[in-house]
Amino acid sequence: MKNIVHFRYLFFCGVILVAGCRNDDTFDPEEKGEERTYTDGFYLLNEGNMGANKASLDFYDYGSGTYTRNVFSKANPGLVGGLGDVGNDIAVYGSKLYVVVNVSNKVEVLDVHTGKRLGKIDVQNCRYITFYGGKAYLSAYLGEVAIDPDAPNGMVAEIDTTSLEITRTVEVGRQPEELAGYNGKLYVANSGGYSPPDYENTLSVIDIVSFKEEKRIALGINLHRVKVDSYGDLYVSSRGDYYDIPSSLYVVAADTVKKVFDLGVSNMTLHDGILYAYSTEFNYHTNENVVSYSMIDTRTEKIINEMFIKDETQENIEVPYGIAINPENGEILLTDAKDYVSPGTLYCFNPDGTLKWTQVTGDIPAHIAFVK
Amino acid sequence: MSAKNNRCTAIWRYLWGCLPVFAAYAGYAQEKDSLTEYRQLEEVVLWQQRKLPEHTAPVPVQVLTGEALKKLNSLSVADAVRYFSGVQLKDYGGVGGLKTINVRSMGTEHTGVFYDGIRLGNAQNGQVDLGKYALDNMEEIALYNGQRPDAGQSAKAYASASTIYLQSRKPEFAAGETYHLHAGIKTGSFGLANPYLNLDYKISDYLSARLSTAYTYAHGRYKYRFTNGVYDTTATRENADINAWRVEGALYGTTGFNSKWFLKYYHYDSERGLPGAVVANRFYRAQRLWDRNSFLQGEFRQQVSERYSVVFRGKYSKDYSRYLDPEMVTTSGFLDNRYHQESLYFSLSNTYRFTGFWKLGLAVDYENNTLDANLYRFAYPERNNYLVALTTNIDLPRLNIQAGLLSTTVKDRVRYYKGAEDRQEFTPTLMAGWQPFGNPDFRLRAFYKRIFRMPTFNDLYYTFIGNTFLKPEYTRQLNAGFSYRYHPGTYLLELQGDVYRIWIRDKIVAVPGTNLFRWTMLNLGKVETTGIEAKAKLSGETGWGLVYGAQLSFTWQEALDVTPGSSAYGDQIPYIPVHSGSAGISAAYRKWQLNYSFIYTGERYSQKANIPSNYLQPWYTHDMAARHEMNVFGNKMEVAVEINNLLNQYYDVIRNFPMPGRSYRIVLNYTL
Repeated sequence: MKNIVHFRYLFFCGVILVAGCRNDDTFDPEEKGEERTYTDGFYLLNEGNMGANKASLDFYDYGSGTYTRNVFSKANPGLVGGLGDVGNDIAVYGSKLYVVVNVSNKVEVLDVHTGKRLGKIDVQNCRYITFYGGKAYLSAYLGEVAIDPDAPNGMVAEIDTTSLEITRTVEVGRQPEELAGYNGKLYVANSGGYSPPDYENTLSVIDIVSFKEEKRIALGINLHRVKVDSYGDLYVSSRGDYYDIPSSLYVVAADTVKKVFDLGVSNMTLHDGILYAYSTEFNYHTNENVVSYSMIDTRTEKIINEMFIKDETQENIEVPYGIAINPENGEILLTDAKDYVSPGTLYCFNPDGTLKWTQVTGDIPAHIAFVK
Repeated sequence: MSAKNNRCTAIWRYLWGCLPVFAAYAGYAQEKDSLTEYRQLEEVVLWQQRKLPEHTAPVPVQVLTGEALKKLNSLSVADAVRYFSGVQLKDYGGVGGLKTINVRSMGTEHTGVFYDGIRLGNAQNGQVDLGKYALDNMEEIALYNGQRPDAGQSAKAYASASTIYLQSRKPEFAAGETYHLHAGIKTGSFGLANPYLNLDYKISDYLSARLSTAYTYAHGRYKYRFTNGVYDTTATRENADINAWRVEGALYGTTGFNSKWFLKYYHYDSERGLPGAVVANRFYRAQRLWDRNSFLQGEFRQQVSERYSVVFRGKYSKDYSRYLDPEMVTTSGFLDNRYHQESLYFSLSNTYRFTGFWKLGLAVDYENNTLDANLYRFAYPERNNYLVALTTNIDLPRLNIQAGLLSTTVKDRVRYYKGAEDRQEFTPTLMAGWQPFGNPDFRLRAFYKRIFRMPTFNDLYYTFIGNTFLKPEYTRQLNAGFSYRYHPGTYLLELQGDVYRIWIRDKIVAVPGTNLFRWTMLNLGKVETTGIEAKAKLSGETGWGLVYGAQLSFTWQEALDVTPGSSAYGDQIPYIPVHSGSAGISAAYRKWQLNYSFIYTGERYSQKANIPSNYLQPWYTHDMAARHEMNVFGNKMEVAVEINNLLNQYYDVIRNFPMPGRSYRIVLNYTL
């Protein structure tokens, strides 16, 4: 009699064992395949926090005003691991879209209108991409394929945009970041960020014909961004050491320093002769993040005493992380990465600085490329 | 009639005696050798003295003792604690993967882990890797929500929101015995080779010694599945090897004048690969980690008079760790970080009994911690921690009340830059257990505890990230529960249930600085948790000699982010399932034993926002083991075959850190 009671308990245990459910259909529906064409709009690359494997690509369609999340996964549902870990840069060149995925050690080359993969270029610790004279140039932290403790320098790789093969490489400084091509030369910002306080303080100049590092121009420490204005001047940002040496912005012309702004620049973009920039800096005295926005007239090289965001939206932006201006209509796109582990926000401002619309993005919305 | 009753009484008494969580994991009941019988006696005596804390304590208590531990297919303490209710094990997977415990979703830093009565510290990050503590030298693992109610504890024992006590094995000798030798090996999947040796030696009636040593090697490779429901591939976990060696030597003594002491040296040395997060296009990582932990600790207990007793504890520890990242090439070669920690600890606890039912305790602790690291702009912090705990226990026949007040004084000093300000905090605890009816088998319990965790050295001083303005992270816990036992004769049924609510404020979270590499720690988060835990255990013996047991536990918890202004306001916090539970069945017949256990963890989110892209599937594993005891050359030999994750489910506990599928282990034990 008592044994029956026991077996009832055992039966109860058995019921619980089979009750747990795992549903294979509960995956993110955003990652299901879908055929689409993408024209007249822009791609936005969400970086995704390191280790999360959550880099993702979104598309905004100007015609319909619709915002589509996870374009890469929709166009390439079967690619193992998806876009990957930490999307670091994006650019459109010809009919191709190039997405640099830093921790996944690759550049995804996609059809710009379908989002489908055309090829994948494996480069360890790749960072930023630019185009010049029909070729792609990619900066990477790791200069040698075999890891060597005595080879701290990074490199720039030249990529054939048809074959998607690396044709040449050149060694530059340590941990090279953004790069820009101008007048037969590549200018590469060296950071040296792996060896604080021994940062780099130079801009590497590469002669494209010989693909040799010609010289290094000494600027501030821990360089990051490089933009060329319509007058051929280079705007190069220095991040300082985050403690005592403040960040600043260098203007370089004819390979010499023309002007230095005592201005922190986390990111910047050029439109119609104006440089739009913002800065997020941590203040160790107040223990707060200080966000500031600025504009520079590249013709006069003077700071414009004006905010490019004109309404109270500015106070809602926690961590501005990406900026782009539509070359056609002058609309300003600004992203907010918030706490880096939550979905971000994309703000679109009218050219007059008033808010037009906002969109919820993936984690760490950061890089934008326009498509015709 | 009376003979039968006696036998039944003896059986259930015995079953209580071994304090099993998986009650009636009692296969050795059939053993009649002198040692086992002696142990049984010991445990019955122990039970009588301790009055079964799971039933009588004013806080929820979960205990796994030696025999029950053996039956859990566990390699380390980490595997075993998964069976406790209200517990999430943060497991990065594999033999060498980091495994830390999170009790009632308060966070790892809020659980104090004690080894032989003294807290295992990690001033650097506040985390104890339970995967480092092997089970072959463990007598008991006990989890107390709130704090352990025993008298004579150190002040540190009151300084965490929940506590885990790891009790290593002590030498025990029957009359005429002078030594025990226990050797074994575990091997199986992942290239595991884990030989161990335990030696007990009786030096005199007043002094005995124990030596325990183990070596663990595993290549750590295992297959895992990488899928999002559309793509689906199988890959192998690489760079997951481990090489670890542990040695413990201890002396246990008693004196003729009512005192007891022990002195222990512990050393652990390991090297392992860090397989890293699995991300697209990247299935191999090169990072390595070395760990070296040594400590010398001791305890001296003296019953000074019938009313007054005193316990003195001390510990000196040295920890070294080295992190090598060949993928980051600096001007001086690969990134190679080295950390040295040192800690000195003393504790004096006094217990005074005024009357038969009223006790007063005063414990005073001092701890000193230092951390050195070869990091840029490192502060070289030193922390002096002074704790004073005043406690009082009132034990009436049907009601016991304990109240305590803890004073914590923390003074940090740094060699460079700026240190955190000194802190002085007072935190109370109130606990009560009540037997409302004449039947002692039904009891009610409740406790309230307010406590905090100090920011760790990493929180405060890590270059670029640390923030010396941080305040402590506070928790307030409220718990009410019951315990019921039913034992008509041949079996014992135990039921326990608790409801709780926990408030966390000033939660220390990492927030972004200028870029991804620049985070800052801030007191930002607020969390409110409501939970229910329920447990049922059944144990007994059939008329024809089958000893059986079953247990079932279930946890429901809603741990909500209630940080004002948070975009995830009202969402379940990361990695906390709403539903989780475990079940186990065991049966022993003569020298054979079968065990089955099951663990279930419900759906979770890997980040703050409860959205599909952060969704993590539920997981559940079935483990089985068969065990056989035999006589070889007149001594006991035990063979066990274990199968873990029987249905070969691929799952992640931590996103992108895949867990192994089905694996096997063979255990061979020989006792001399």
